[in-house]
Amino acid sequence: MKRRSRFLLFMGVFGFVFLYAPILSLVIFSFNESKLVTVWGGFSTKWYGELFRDPQILEAAWISAKIAFLSASIAVVIGTIGSFVLIRFARFRSKSLLSMMITAPLVMPEVIIGLSLLLLFVALQGLIGWPGGRGMLTIIIAHSTFGAAYAAVVIQSRLVDMDLSIEEAAQDLGAKPVRVFFDVTLPVIAPALMSAWLLAFTLSLDDLVIASFVSGPGASTLPMVIFSKVRLGVSPDVNALATIIIGLVSLGIIVAALQMSRSKRSSAN
Amino acid sequence: MSEGNATPDAEPRADPWADPHAVPFLQVRNVTKKFGAFVAVDNVSLDIYKGEIFCLLGGSGCGKSTLLRLLSGFETASSGQIIIDGQDQEGVPPFARKTNMMFQSYALFPHMSVEKNIAYGLKRDGLPKAEIAARVSDMLSLVQMDQFASRKPHQLSGGQRQRVALARSLVKKPKLLMLDEPLGALDKKLREETQFELIKIQESLGVTFVVVTHDQEEAMTLSSRIGVMTEGRIVQVGTPHEIYEYPQSRFVADFIGSVNMFEGRITEDHEDHVLIGSRDTQTDIFVPHGISGVVGQQVAVAVRPEKVQISKSQLHDMRNTFTGKIDEIAYMGNSSVFQVLLDSGKRVRVSQSNRMRSNEDTLKWGDRVHVGWHDDAGIVVSS
Amino acid sequence: MSATAELNRRLPGGRYIGGVLQRIGLDGRGLVIAIPTIWLLLFFLIPFLVVAKISLSEAAIARPPYLPIWEWSDGFLNINLNFGNYLFLLDDPLYVAAYIESVRIAAISTVVTLLIGYPMAYLIARSSPDRRNILLMLVVLPFWTSFLLRVYAWIGFLKANGIINNFLISLGILNEPLVMLQTDFAVYVGIVYTYLPFMILPLYANLVKLDEAYLEASADLGARPATTFFTITLPLSANGIIAGCMLVFIPAVGEFVIPALLGGPDTLMIGRVLWDEFFSNRDWPIASAVAIVMLFVLVIPIMLLRKVQAVDEGAS
Repeated sequence: MKRRSRFLLFMGVFGFVFLYAPILSLVIFSFNESKLVTVWGGFSTKWYGELFRDPQILEAAWISAKIAFLSASIAVVIGTIGSFVLIRFARFRSKSLLSMMITAPLVMPEVIIGLSLLLLFVALQGLIGWPGGRGMLTIIIAHSTFGAAYAAVVIQSRLVDMDLSIEEAAQDLGAKPVRVFFDVTLPVIAPALMSAWLLAFTLSLDDLVIASFVSGPGASTLPMVIFSKVRLGVSPDVNALATIIIGLVSLGIIVAALQMSRSKRSSAN
Repeated sequence: MSEGNATPDAEPRADPWADPHAVPFLQVRNVTKKFGAFVAVDNVSLDIYKGEIFCLLGGSGCGKSTLLRLLSGFETASSGQIIIDGQDQEGVPPFARKTNMMFQSYALFPHMSVEKNIAYGLKRDGLPKAEIAARVSDMLSLVQMDQFASRKPHQLSGGQRQRVALARSLVKKPKLLMLDEPLGALDKKLREETQFELIKIQESLGVTFVVVTHDQEEAMTLSSRIGVMTEGRIVQVGTPHEIYEYPQSRFVADFIGSVNMFEGRITEDHEDHVLIGSRDTQTDIFVPHGISGVVGQQVAVAVRPEKVQISKSQLHDMRNTFTGKIDEIAYMGNSSVFQVLLDSGKRVRVSQSNRMRSNEDTLKWGDRVHVGWHDDAGIVVSS
Repeated sequence: MSATAELNRRLPGGRYIGGVLQRIGLDGRGLVIAIPTIWLLLFFLIPFLVVAKISLSEAAIARPPYLPIWEWSDGFLNINLNFGNYLFLLDDPLYVAAYIESVRIAAISTVVTLLIGYPMAYLIARSSPDRRNILLMLVVLPFWTSFLLRVYAWIGFLKANGIINNFLISLGILNEPLVMLQTDFAVYVGIVYTYLPFMILPLYANLVKLDEAYLEASADLGARPATTFFTITLPLSANGIIAGCMLVFIPAVGEFVIPALLGGPDTLMIGRVLWDEFFSNRDWPIASAVAIVMLFVLVIPIMLLRKVQAVDEGAS
């Protein structure tokens, strides 16, 4: 018994070191004076300055943020309607088709999603002249589609857990179905919608492959810019960028955790 | 309901179900509900009158909850008709029905305060704000929840949630309130207190209640009448007294309380009495009234344990007496239950209230005893 | 009241719109179903048909760079199905090798991920509830930071004058730096690293439901811990293992970023081949054929994943 738990402990420590050592090294070497990323040359914040003077990165970050914001919002709307229809509606003709389509993007390699959407956009362009060239719009559509799949997973599990009789009670008290949805269902699943939105937002910010396929000139997202930089070798301003992202994410998680423990405490009273 | 139970200012009235001219408030006519091949509710017909507390009693999966959901409009009947206050409910969605429901899980909206929960139904009716506030506060005081108006449901105890759910379902003044296991989530002690409160509120508002429960004790205390359900059918409707004392079938006799069942065949059929021969008793069982049956027909005699007498000495003035020995004794505090092994090999449960603290003549394990019951204690059930 | 009737009441002219909608068989419910269905049909399912179509056409120097499959000429419909792309894939050892290589690398990485992820998931599932949430958060946290940057971090670790080599040389264990970057090894590390959370989460979800009483009963009946593990814990967590492995294996087969950044020029993975066909060679029909064949390779793992997920849903 004792030996097994020592083994488990070792594996646990090893696993977490494995998960965090690279991230930690990114942060540490972002403050490195030397241009050689992996050789310590003294403390410096000059790479941060460099980062903020790089118009390409700043513009790409702004484009990525806009795309992520819009596509996460669309993804949550589609994911919510799709989940609601699948969980709450009685059998309808296209149910299994919808269920298949909404989960399939989760297990589809990104190269295939990217390629297929690009070919669709090209074909549509030839047929009806829309979407009028590739750029932010096509990336937003692509990200909304696979973001909706992830959003649907989160929202569906919440809808399944939700006590159905709450919705029935609202109907019983005189609320029509649309009212029930906005008065009861949406507020109750709001936390899940928030996590779904954050998930879709992060995935969009993170995506290189699909964006590379469907984007056009003038719409380079942050991952696309980073990728082209990184392909040429390590560069310390990328470390600085990584540190900023890690900082923001950690902050977000800490705030969310505090919020959760506070609401848990208030519900315990 | 007896005269003594009626409110003082009300006219002493006869039971409406006994009055052939009374118009039922809720009529269920030949309602069937199928889920695929499964028949959840099987050709049920039922009349419920104004001011009743009607309990649908049955085990899990007997169809009682489905029947309730049919009444409230959450399910649509496969066939049959439901008429509430003279109006056919076919095609009327739940939000347009004049009935309300109290859910088993209470289904309080978790993101709304107690007050908002209760006001929700009134807001849907578009009532003026002042009236909503007045009616909500009336309801809050009726269920004694005034101090908790601004709490959220998760800040309430189980009993308090139950009161809020009741208030919310009553605030629209429904003529018919459906309650799905209203006391099921409360612990035993609280349940007993709440039962009487529920009856008080029902009487003061004059609302007709349809209650679904699996708890026979709850059904006995609450209801004016009980409908016993099994396998989607209603097998007997009657007052608690009728259901307990005059079960019409083996199932009802067995389901409500405990019972000794003596299997046998009719051996003599007279106008004023019948004899039933049973291997369980060796001698024939005497039943002091005629029954609808023929000689040789398979029947059973049901006798409640508390109606069986037990004694070490001969039991006089009883026709149905048998001998055996005590096999087991369970002391329950207010009563003792004996398991008597008759000479025929049949086991009989006898329950005796412990009127005295100690009894010289205490019955002990292994004692040879006489057991018997008065003529009218046995009920003949056929199926 | 149907939503259409509601529309009639509310909107001026709504009666007309409602009437039209009703005539084509759409009520409120139908509209609600239509929104996600049409979106996904248009942007998920139809694109695959387009890929399938283009995989059967001939490459050309044109815009777009392929010839149409069907054409009207002299009043006849000409259909030119070109299976040449598929024959070309089968014929050229490069593609066959790339498929085999992808499956091999993905499979080895999946096994390694399982070996690291299982003990971690087990440890988390057996911790006290408070600690459990913190550990789970620590597992998920890297997932929220950029995938690309996490792969990038490994370049700094693995390269010739990188952190690992510098460290080992400074300790005197090595004289020469080890070649790690641009090898298959680096690709394994990258895949295991980025997909570890996908392994741990389903395993954890499965193991946390495992009643400890089973393990105690097994011990009580005389089984040693190792025997208990192999006869009780492992079989009961089979669904979690399958789900976790498929969640790692499926995306790993089509992985592009990791082989592109960490792999060498001879690390042939199919995602990278597809990317090069498309972006470098601009051969869209071949790229499409590569994608269609990749889908066929992944059909069995995807079905397996759907099956265990359906079982899990049925159980809960």
